[in-house]
Order: sequence, then C-alpha cells, then structure tokens
Amino acid sequence: MEIDFNISKLSLEGLGLLDNIAGLTDVPDGAFNIRANGVSVGRAVTKAVNIVSKKDKPGIDIIIAPGTTGETVYIPVILTEPGTDLVYNDFYIGEAATVEIVAGCGIHNDGCNEARHDGIHTFHVGKNAHVRYVERHYGEGSGEGTNVMNPTTVVEMEKNSYMEMETTQIKGVDSTERVTRATLGEGAQLVIGEKIMTHGKQHATTDFSVDLNGAGSSANVVSRSVARDDSRQRFTADLRGNNRCHGHSECDAIVMDNAVVSSLPQITANSVDAELIHEAAIGKIAGEQLEKLMSLGLTEHEAETKIIDGFLK
Amino acid sequence: MLKLENIAFAANTERGRKDILKNIDLEIGEGFTVVTGPNGGGKSSLAKVIAGLYKPTAGRIYWNGEDVTDMSITERAKAGISYAFQQPVRFKGITVSDLITIAAGRDLSVSEACEYLSAVGLCARDYIDREVNASLSGGELKRIEIATVLARGTDFAVFDEPEAGIDLWSFNSLIKVFERLRTLTKGSIMIISHQERILEIADRIVVISGGSVEKAGTRDEILPELMYDRACPRLDKVNS
Repeated sequence: MEIDFNISKLSLEGLGLLDNIAGLTDVPDGAFNIRANGVSVGRAVTKAVNIVSKKDKPGIDIIIAPGTTGETVYIPVILTEPGTDLVYNDFYIGEAATVEIVAGCGIHNDGCNEARHDGIHTFHVGKNAHVRYVERHYGEGSGEGTNVMNPTTVVEMEKNSYMEMETTQIKGVDSTERVTRATLGEGAQLVIGEKIMTHGKQHATTDFSVDLNGAGSSANVVSRSVARDDSRQRFTADLRGNNRCHGHSECDAIVMDNAVVSSLPQITANSVDAELIHEAAIGKIAGEQLEKLMSLGLTEHEAETKIIDGFLK
Repeated sequence: MLKLENIAFAANTERGRKDILKNIDLEIGEGFTVVTGPNGGGKSSLAKVIAGLYKPTAGRIYWNGEDVTDMSITERAKAGISYAFQQPVRFKGITVSDLITIAAGRDLSVSEACEYLSAVGLCARDYIDREVNASLSGGELKRIEIATVLARGTDFAVFDEPEAGIDLWSFNSLIKVFERLRTLTKGSIMIISHQERILEIADRIVVISGGSVEKAGTRDEILPELMYDRACPRLDKVNS
C-alpha cells in the first residue's frame, strides 16, 4: 500500500532531521517509508521493492525481489514529540539482489521529557545478495529531555551473501545501546564500520556478536569513536569462528577531557581453521599530530578538529 | 634572515636536567645552510626550537628582524617558517590530499596537489587519496612530508634529515626539490644532514656538536675540513 506523501507537510524540525539523517530534501525516487512520531507518513513501493505494514506489531516488512539491481530504499524515522517509539522492521533480501538501504533516526526534542526510539531491524539476506546498509543517528533540541536511541540489528546471511553496514552517531544522542547480532553462512561476508562521537554527559554502548558458521565466511567489525567532555563509551565485540573463516574486530578510540572509554573485544575459535584477530586502541590525540598540523599554519583548535573529522570520516 | 642569539635549551632526562643547546649564535640567510655534526649533538633540537616545538630556555630568535621567540608553532608557521619533521607523523583518516591542502593554506585543484607529489617522485594518482597512516612506508611518508613544505612555499624552511629512508629515490631528485624551492621562494633553506651530496650543495655549513656551534662558514671553508676530520665519522659517502 502506498501512502501519499507531501514533504512540505513536515515541520521545519522534521525537514531538518530528514536532511541530517538521510540526506533527503525532497521525496526520494524509488521505494521509501517515512515514519514520523510513531506512524508512517509516506510510503512508495516499486516493482522490485515492496513495503508492507506489520499486522501484529508496529513496523514494516521490506521485501526486495530476487535479482533486483540499482535500488535504494529509504526508511528514515523522525521524532519531534517526546515519547517512546518502538518499531520492528524486517528486511527480506531476495537471492542475488543488490540494494542500498538508507535508514536512520533523528530526534528533535525541545521538551523536558525523554524522546526514545527503539528500532529492531532484522535482515534476512538471501544467497548471493549484496546489501549496503547506511544508518545515521542524530539528535537535537533545546529542552532538558533526553534523546535516546537503542537500535538492535539482527543479520542472517545465506551462502555467498555480502552485507556492509555503515552506522554513524555524531551528535545529540544522550544515550544509546546498540546491539548487533549476525550469523554468517558459507562464504558470507559482513563488513561493519561504526562511527560514534559522544559529548556532554552522553553514554553509548555498542555490542557486536557474530557467529561465523559457514566455511569461508568472513567478518570485519571496525569501530572508530571519539569521547569528549564527561561522556562514556563501552565497546564489546564477540566473534565466534565456528568453521573455516576469517574474523577481525577493531576498536579505535580517541578519549578527551574527562571522558571514559572501555573496549572489550573477544574472539573464540570453535574450529581449528578459524582465523580471528582483535585490535583495540584507546588514547588521546597524539601531541605530534597537533604539532604537525600547527606547523602547517592551523591553530591548536583547528588542528584538533581536523584530526577528529579525519578520524571519523 | 633568521637570527639565533645566544640560544640555550635544556630538557629533563632520566639523569636529571641536561643542556641540549648552549650559546648558539647563528645567522641563516638566503640559500642553502646545511647543519651537520655527530648524532646527539643537538641538531634536531635546534630545528624544533626554530619551528617553535621547543621553547628555548635562554636567548632570542629573530625572523626578518622580528622577535619570534615567544610565538607559538602556528604563529611561526604563519610568519613564514616551515619545518619538515625527521619522523613524519601518521594520521588515521587524513589523506595525502588533505595534508597538502592544509599545507598550501588554500583549496587546491587535484592537478595542483598532484604536482607537489610528482615533485617528490611519487606517482600522484596512486597517493592523493591514500590516508597518511601506517600503510605508507617510511620513505613514502618522508617524501609526503617534504611535499607539504614545498606546498607551503615559505621564505624559510628547515628539513631534518630529509634523505633518511628515501633510498629508492635518487639524491639528484631530492636536490632538485631543494633547488626548486629556492628558485620559488628565493628564501633560506636549512637542511640537517650527514650526507656528502647534500653538503656539496650548501652555501654555508654549520657543524653542531655537544649542543654548540663547533664551526660555521662557507662550503669551501668547512667541507674540506669535514672530509678529513676524524671527529666527524658520520659523514657518509653516497653513490648516486
């Protein structure tokens, strides 16, 4: 079912959020579902991409036909009113389909109550399918109320499928608990790139758990984060090699001011043919990096900004 | 003209306070000044004092008549002093193109940025989008470091052992870079080096040893002494 959507009906705040999280300034081409304050306010489907509301719980099923190519699906969520929005989205990616999915959540909260979005996304990635999933989280608002986002992503990958996840949370999210669970079949490849910056008194935890079940499967989980002011971050990655596979996890964090960062990488080889690596590094910006950029004419503050922007690019 | 007046620098070490530089009086004018001398003699510290990374414990530094002693690294860079690090710094996420653009202080076209890389013997297309991180070899980083100073094109540049790690590149090419910079800026180029080929292009040579200026003069005055001076065994012959 399509839902007519006129972007000009969104509030100014809503329009700003949509631009921030999905780069949308107009109705997107192709399939999309825009959810605002707990309800779908716009939807379009295509021959290859169907979007259906769930009947038993809030959320949608996104069904990508086998063999699809060149489709981008937008499913942004925006909140401009306080309250909790819980949503279940299931993605069924057909065999040998290639698709890009742009998700994300933006909250504008001027009130004194919590605005919270808990999105539970489950991906069923068919054989030989190729998925790029982009998710941006962003918060703003002048009120005392907190912006909370707790995304859960479950990924089930079939033979020789590929999935790339790019998640970004740079600004305005007071508390987040990100959970990612993946199971990989034969020859499946999962690439995750996470970028997080926290400031003020924000709190972020990320928790990755990957089962490399299939022979020849591989996972690469890379997190880069910057923790400023009094914020706190905790990174957990648990890779289990249950077959002949490659797994790599990396947490690289810059800690500033009074911030606290913990990193808990864990790797388990349940097969003699599993090759697993974890890397974790936490530290402040190196003095010599600042000195080099200052010797090129930047002020200390400009140099710091350049280093952080590059690190999270 | 850069003038160092009675410069001293001391640092805290495991064995207590140590004098690294003592009573350095030097004038560095137009052309090539090569600073040489034994390892640990204070050459790199002198470069850092000039660039503002180290603050001298005594003495004054004048750049074109202006006292720059209390200026920060940034202020000295803006005043026209450039410094190529001996150990180039690595950055995660900052590309070669980013670094060259910052150095130039203005937006550069891809072809302009590439030109600086080509000048240091790097195939620009292969490097321009690479991150300045551990995936680059020491020699590659060293050449990118030199390219950043070229891109700045300031009246004063100090290079700390620019030849280190560039064995795959020829000395002739390195010397051409220095000559190009001199033609471009008509300024002062100070090179810290042990290499005979670099000493041979010097207008002036300064020997620093034990934190002091041991001798200074024209190339013709100093180089013959160095060549036969057993006190300077680090002077390496180079085949190019």
